[in-house]
Amino acid sequence: MSALAQDTSIPSAKDLAPVPRERRRRWTYYTLPVYSSAFFLYLLIPITFMVVYSFNQSHSALPQVTSKWQGFTTQWYQQWNGVPDLTPAFFLSIKLALIATVISATLGTLLALALVRYRFRGKGATEQMMFTNIAAPEIVLGASLLGFFITLNLPRGFSTLLIAHVMFCVAYVTITVRARLSGFDPMLEQAAQDLGATPWVTFWKITLPLIFPGILAGALLAFALSIDDFVTSNFVAGSSVTFPLWVYGAVKVGIPPQVFVLGTAIFSAGLVLAVLALVFQGRAKKARPEPEEG
Amino acid sequence: MTEIDVRLERVSKFFGDVPAVDDLSLDIAEGEFFSLLGPSGCGKTTTLRMIGGFEDPSLGTVYLGGRDVTDLPPYRRDVNTVFQSYALFPHLDVFENVAFGLRRKKVGGKDIGQRVRDAMSLVDLEGFEKRKPSQMSGGQQQRVALARALVNRPKVLLLDEPLGALDLKLRKQMQLELKRIQEEVGITFIYVTHDQEEAMTMSDRLAVMRHGQIEQIGAPELVYESPATEFVAGFLGASNLLDGELVRNQSDVATVRLSTGQDIHFPASKVPSDIDTLVKVGVRPEKISIEVDEGEPPAGANWVSGLLRIATYIGVSHQYKVEGPGGTELTVYVQNLGAEEAPAPGRKVRLTWRPEHTFIVKPSAALSPEEEEE
Repeated sequence: MSALAQDTSIPSAKDLAPVPRERRRRWTYYTLPVYSSAFFLYLLIPITFMVVYSFNQSHSALPQVTSKWQGFTTQWYQQWNGVPDLTPAFFLSIKLALIATVISATLGTLLALALVRYRFRGKGATEQMMFTNIAAPEIVLGASLLGFFITLNLPRGFSTLLIAHVMFCVAYVTITVRARLSGFDPMLEQAAQDLGATPWVTFWKITLPLIFPGILAGALLAFALSIDDFVTSNFVAGSSVTFPLWVYGAVKVGIPPQVFVLGTAIFSAGLVLAVLALVFQGRAKKARPEPEEG
Repeated sequence: MTEIDVRLERVSKFFGDVPAVDDLSLDIAEGEFFSLLGPSGCGKTTTLRMIGGFEDPSLGTVYLGGRDVTDLPPYRRDVNTVFQSYALFPHLDVFENVAFGLRRKKVGGKDIGQRVRDAMSLVDLEGFEKRKPSQMSGGQQQRVALARALVNRPKVLLLDEPLGALDLKLRKQMQLELKRIQEEVGITFIYVTHDQEEAMTMSDRLAVMRHGQIEQIGAPELVYESPATEFVAGFLGASNLLDGELVRNQSDVATVRLSTGQDIHFPASKVPSDIDTLVKVGVRPEKISIEVDEGEPPAGANWVSGLLRIATYIGVSHQYKVEGPGGTELTVYVQNLGAEEAPAPGRKVRLTWRPEHTFIVKPSAALSPEEEEE
């Protein structure tokens, strides 16, 4: 090869340095980054405001949040449970959200399995109803639920709150789990049974681990929906007070800084969960080198 | 050795009103490499799935090792399956995939390790235990699926077109590999395929299926050399078929008269018992010799005249298309020995073959388009 190149006066293509090309960028190159940044700012500014102002000092006798910066303090974090009714409302919301999440994740997963795996009378109607449930204005759901509970003569309180929250969460879980299931190869379950696994073992060893990311996503969604629900809760809460209901009530007289503290806590917990999920997925994707020929 | 391992007794499977498998009976001996061969929709996979327990027969009985298993679910049958899509568990590594069946049987931890390692070395995959299925090539995944099934030492291994997703070269290699493994472990293999070459390469016996029924069953040589029906003749390799009438069926020599009035002779032993007078006689393309039509035909041989239409050179052989009696297209393969000059298209040629290479079949109904595709 090299001998050939020496003999001729024409240098081979290999010997030539590549011609540098000037990079020119049109203005359109910047559209997406600018748009994305603006979008993120729009999403993040209210949250940032909440986090920053949870550290704001207040000198009035009845402390409440203002947009005026009065100096840095961690006082509200130390006195996070200093507002008499706020703390129980906060924990009621957490408890409600956790129980509603577990119930709706279970029901939603079973419903998704039924919808993907089986053909049955009323399957179309069930799907339709699920989307109606999501699409219907919450005020309609809340009002009709209240009417329903009154007709049944159910005392309004934690149980009616739980029923209402499960109701509006199930559809979201079902949809996320169903998306996961539609990419699920039914042959995997047959393979498990072929290898001696009973249907019960097959579900726990094969089906559940594979659809778990879908269930987890649905459960997180359900938790987020439940913990900040106001409209429906307002109808069916009776004398129970959840965190959003309390905050709404406080707006008229002024929001104590502890609301920002608790809000920041919820947000941080969500953030940590999201980061953990990302790390987890990243680990799963890592260590996937090019397959070798075998 | 001649013990019956799998027996299907008058088994049918209907999907709605359509029979996928239609009154099928079958015996498969222990340690046999048996293939179910046929075009798509012939019922071969349904038959396999009924042996595996994934489909309930509408009628009939399935026996495994003499035991009626018709009503047993897959997890209570001593058979394992290699699925067409491999169906490896994506969330488990290769070791756990292979160990899955052993864990269900509550095999002890030490034994599991040993048996998984043995199975991995049987399929030439030592050292891959920690990989996830997604980190492996198609061929490797195929081997994992095989190891996962074989590690359980089943009575019967079912293989549902396991090589379908591999490229040609790998497929050829795996065919030999599968045959080697089967001989090594001595387990009965039931292999479903639509690839006649694949079935012939590996099988001890094969069954050609069509419309949910078995058209012919036997050793590959037998089925190839003496196809029982027109469908089998056409599906298993290329064949030339000529319409004729069975005019004489004597003790040793039978005669079929072609529409041209010419007689074709062959051993009477090749005439199926239940045949009508309207038949087709056939001969495989590689059994024919072709020569320019001059002089007397050789005595004792079968021959027809025709017009050479196309001559194709394909390296190992020459391939000729000849317009034979009644306009029938005949195919001839001649091994490329380099000795003779190939006849040119447009010449009148004579095709000659020996009586014992002739076979006689019942005419079948025309092939449906899907069947033609295969």
